[in-house]
Amino acid sequence: MQALLEVDRLKIDARMDNGGLLPIVNGVSFNVQGGEVVALIGESGSGKTTIALSILGYTKPGLEVTGGEVRLDGRDIISMPPEEKQQLRGKRVAYLAQSAAAAFNPALTIGEQVTESVVLHGQMSQDEANQRAESLYRALELPDPERLGRRYPHQVSGGQLQRLMAAMALCGKPDLLILDEPTTALDVTTQIEVLKAFKAVINQEGTAAIYVTHDLSVVAQIADHIVVLYAGDIQEQGTAEQIINRPGQDYTRRLMAAVRPTPEAGQGDEISKKHQRDVPALEVRNITAGYGRQRDGTPSVTVLRDVNVAIERGQTVGVIGESGCGKTTLARVMSGLLPTSKGEVLLDGESLQPDLKNRSRSQLQKVQFVFQMADTALNPRQRIDNIIGRPLEFYFGLKGKEKRKRIGELLDLVELHQDLASRYSEELSGGQKQRVNLARALAASPKVLLCDEIISALDSIVGANVIELLKRLRKQTGVSFVFISHDLSTVASFADEIVVLYAGRVVEQGRTDQVLSPPYHPYTRLLISSVPELRIGWLEDTMKTQEAKAGIDRVVKLTEKGCAFFDRCPLVIEGTCDREIPPIRNLGDGHIIECHRSEEEFAH
Amino acid sequence: MSEMDAKTSATQQLEELTDAPPRRRLKLSWSGKLGICVVTLWTVIAFIGPFISPYHEADILDEALFIVPGSGELYPATDFQGPSKVAYLGTDFIGRDTLSRILFGARTTLGISLAATLLAYLVGVTLGIAAAVGGGMLDMGLSRVNDAFLSLPPIMLGLVVIAAIGSTIPILIVLAGLIYAASVFRIARALGQDVMVSDFVEAARVRGEGLWWIITREILPNVAMPLATDFGLRFVWIILFISSLSFLGLGVQPPMSDWGSMVKENLAGLPYGSIAPLVPALAIATLTISINMIVDDVSAHAGGKLAKKMI
Repeated sequence: MQALLEVDRLKIDARMDNGGLLPIVNGVSFNVQGGEVVALIGESGSGKTTIALSILGYTKPGLEVTGGEVRLDGRDIISMPPEEKQQLRGKRVAYLAQSAAAAFNPALTIGEQVTESVVLHGQMSQDEANQRAESLYRALELPDPERLGRRYPHQVSGGQLQRLMAAMALCGKPDLLILDEPTTALDVTTQIEVLKAFKAVINQEGTAAIYVTHDLSVVAQIADHIVVLYAGDIQEQGTAEQIINRPGQDYTRRLMAAVRPTPEAGQGDEISKKHQRDVPALEVRNITAGYGRQRDGTPSVTVLRDVNVAIERGQTVGVIGESGCGKTTLARVMSGLLPTSKGEVLLDGESLQPDLKNRSRSQLQKVQFVFQMADTALNPRQRIDNIIGRPLEFYFGLKGKEKRKRIGELLDLVELHQDLASRYSEELSGGQKQRVNLARALAASPKVLLCDEIISALDSIVGANVIELLKRLRKQTGVSFVFISHDLSTVASFADEIVVLYAGRVVEQGRTDQVLSPPYHPYTRLLISSVPELRIGWLEDTMKTQEAKAGIDRVVKLTEKGCAFFDRCPLVIEGTCDREIPPIRNLGDGHIIECHRSEEEFAH
Repeated sequence: MSEMDAKTSATQQLEELTDAPPRRRLKLSWSGKLGICVVTLWTVIAFIGPFISPYHEADILDEALFIVPGSGELYPATDFQGPSKVAYLGTDFIGRDTLSRILFGARTTLGISLAATLLAYLVGVTLGIAAAVGGGMLDMGLSRVNDAFLSLPPIMLGLVVIAAIGSTIPILIVLAGLIYAASVFRIARALGQDVMVSDFVEAARVRGEGLWWIITREILPNVAMPLATDFGLRFVWIILFISSLSFLGLGVQPPMSDWGSMVKENLAGLPYGSIAPLVPALAIATLTISINMIVDDVSAHAGGKLAKKMI
């Protein structure tokens, strides 16, 4: 039987400035059968997106196909004239990009955009297209399918928008759907819902799909067949079951090692047992903070309420929660970027001025902030040595030879080559930029390092290396870390203590092993159960659980009264949870849960 | 140290694929190089023009020079003459040598326009960045005053001011500089606001850097490229502005020459096929187009990212 899509010895090269060719894809071959989901997996730079785009007959500017064929039903796509390619795109092959927010036009309704392509291609009338869209909304389990088409993109959540992208792609009943990292930017809880919807709709429509990602545990849930890519070569291909359970290649095993392990107790490092409980390095007490103009001491939007966190010396505190929970706001309060409305920030037991303008230079030096996006956190007009050298000059007055020597040491510390010192940040890769970002913070010899989602934007292997680096830095320098992430397993592997934030309140707090073992706060339990496991069938199992049914894919809402989690909580007590602020339950040894339910009831 | 090394190698380090772009150096295209040649040429002429010119800019050429031997014509016309050995680029409407006037005019035109553009930038960028960084009431105040300035047509404003206080070269420079500072202010403020909210500025603030450092090291280098692009355009606008004033008799006063007024005063020669208005027009065109070609190259090097935001 002829395969739906045959990629046959595909070779794609980049044309360089000097006229030479740089191979990007070296003769890759694989097939996609009708109705089958094939995953292309590899880290950034492995050529996976380049291959996926070539299936649409498209190459990015500067790239050219130098050999091989991509055949859809036996017809070569690469050599097609442009008009035929245009007919092919959208009608037979549809593409679903990574960022839904960027793919939707904010000025048009969702319905118009979902149906635009099929009406334009003349496949359906507007009415037929609208009906088709509605049935897709239903298949994707989107709320209110009858009226969804008349809403605008900003009126739905990120996870819903991602599913609407799928509706847009599937509207023309394509034979092949290409999904390019569709869940990478999402929270774990949202990711589950989106994955489930994708899987259901692909089954229902019988569409074949190519799923491009770097995340093996996601692939395990959705793919029938896996192609592992590295530097433009196929390392291994086979059925999902075969690759996941019996990987044949070293590289595949390394990818699996980089997959986030399931969070469980006891992953925190040994250091936690050694520390003495004296004055914490950094502490926030009864913090209330938010954005907008202050009125009677409260900001117009209050994000954090009554937050208490203490970071012991040499310890790592992980802060976790979904987007919109106030994680970054907490870090900004600690650094002084956002003045508090109530409460105080203490450094070594001394109260800090809320606004950083009034803090002394040595206070500023002791708390350093590492920004989430290294791309924007490094000044593109400064060389790396100037970026790292500035804190040395500013805080310690180092100049000339001494400064250069220290810059060299810092580059060594973050495992960067000395040659990079004379470069600009745009000449570095994502992982290298993040290391420079860290080196700049370390240059100040801080006591506390605030790391705001620093590995979220990196792919799994690069991210795993940065975590390794952080662990080593902690041993070498004794710095306290505040590690903010929406990824529980990363936090679990690194933190001594975990703070679980929900809608600006601390819902659970304690040592890593306490937080990650029962009794759980219902929200912690939801987060733990949402981390994808590298196991086929995990998605189905998880969707059956109580937490998943109740809590997945809802937007975090800030509430004025009661427990903000009440509308997602499987253990909700009507009439209490939505009205009264939950009591703080101290389970001993610093383990705190904020909930109306008692310890015994959490077990369910 | 060796113990630490052992530990590092024990934790499995996975190789990363580098997807970093190659280092970028400023590479000028042929048009950029041509632009630099032309601008350099005109700059040199602005300096040495008066010393190499065959006549003085104000000299009205003697009729005797135009007598063709053996023709018997004792009083030949000297105005709007074509190129000859006497006047290589012909003569203007009252018989002055066009080449000499171009050579002399280069100094006036380039000098006044450059001085005015620099003034516009000094004022516009200083206030624009101040508004972006200061925000609040300062931004509000400066922006509204600026809006009021922008709402006045430049030429009308120029006429009123010159009619009131007279026309000398310093007045022309200050006038053109201030009028165009208003549009520079807008661009500088918009670019400054963009950079002001970026993470690296926040990183500098969290480090405790003062305002001066943030402005000079973090903001200005990042707005320099788009501003340079705009500088070329603004320079051209100012040349045209000074020329317009000259045409109305309120700009550079005769007998001093400047390219703009040369175009206008010789317009009458066009029907006779005289090249007198074309030569200064060509001079303006080569200068301004060359500046823009350089600017294009430089902004393409800058990635065009910020330049796009500017538009």
